[in-house]
Amino acid sequence: MKVLLRNPKRELEVDGPVRVNALLARLEINRESVIVIRGDTLVPGDAVLEDDDVVEIRPVISGGAS
Amino acid sequence: MKCTVCKQPAIIDLRRHNANFCVEHFLRFCRDQVAKAIKDHSMIEPSDRVLVAVSGGKDSLAVWDILVELGYQADGLYIGLGIGEYSESSGELARAFARERGLHLNEVDLPGDHGFDIPSGSKAARRVPCSACGLSKRHIFDEAARTGGYDVVVTGHNLDDEAAVLFGNVLRWQTDYLGRQLPVLPARHGFPRKVKPLIRLGEREMAAYCVLRGIDYIVEECPMAEGNRHLGYKEALNAIEAASPGSKHDFYHGFLARASARFTPQAEAEQEGLEPCARCGAPTPGEVCAFCKLVERATGSGAVPVSLGRRG
Repeated sequence: MKVLLRNPKRELEVDGPVRVNALLARLEINRESVIVIRGDTLVPGDAVLEDDDVVEIRPVISGGAS
Repeated sequence: MKCTVCKQPAIIDLRRHNANFCVEHFLRFCRDQVAKAIKDHSMIEPSDRVLVAVSGGKDSLAVWDILVELGYQADGLYIGLGIGEYSESSGELARAFARERGLHLNEVDLPGDHGFDIPSGSKAARRVPCSACGLSKRHIFDEAARTGGYDVVVTGHNLDDEAAVLFGNVLRWQTDYLGRQLPVLPARHGFPRKVKPLIRLGEREMAAYCVLRGIDYIVEECPMAEGNRHLGYKEALNAIEAASPGSKHDFYHGFLARASARFTPQAEAEQEGLEPCARCGAPTPGEVCAFCKLVERATGSGAVPVSLGRRG
């Protein structure tokens, strides 16, 4: 599957099937810091991602001091 | 994974609530959390004219969307900060959001209206960019609320923002800041009331809300904020949250319930000594407010003309 990452923008190819939480663990990404988007909706931690999926792992942390 | 409410397939799991939601019940959950924050802290009256501080980011657009959904009369204010492509993109997203929903967006352009942008102005004034930016935004929001006749200014600070600020204030025992870290700052001395309706929702929920509502927001981090202290605090708190869900909520809301009142007398005493700024009329502990000093240093303009009779 194609995995889109941000900050900096990059793309990874990952073999499916794999659960969202397992993918995040493999990429050493804290699940509290991201949302995972497939199409125009979200996928929860236990969802299985297939080989032909395109998913975005989007960071949610933002902001200056005020 | 099933929705905790309706047992249909869930799209998000919220471990601190020990709950999973489908789209419909997640959106309802977000609106309910905002309504509860507003009610619990008496943030907004139904008749209030509301001004939302809009950055083009997920939090400010989401809070504006939710307030309108809840039936409040809410306009937006976007400030062009002159941070290159980042400001151009965020401004376009704020304008598109307002246009598509038929909402009114006020705009102030920092370079055009005050003669400096954040990157060069903060350098000239020898201030950290986030500090110059926060100071400018607070001043301009106050001013816009006063001149526009708004009762309350809403900001998109969420649970993660407030927990990170609290973490920093506790780490250094900044008791004056602890006394002012409240979800509602009442109107006084010419400052409008300021409220934070997103204190019960985290950043992950706000990003999810925007995706599910089709709200296009600026995902890229502000280039001036890169590596700042608060981002580090957020990462540290998220590491704790991953191991112990609910920690951020308990840290911040426990502070509000059991500790913040210990620090408010000091903050209130500081507020009592405020006088109108000699140049712009904004309340300040000195003769000239911090924003007017920043403008002087950032533009190298020397003294800004004194505007008389601007405030009563």
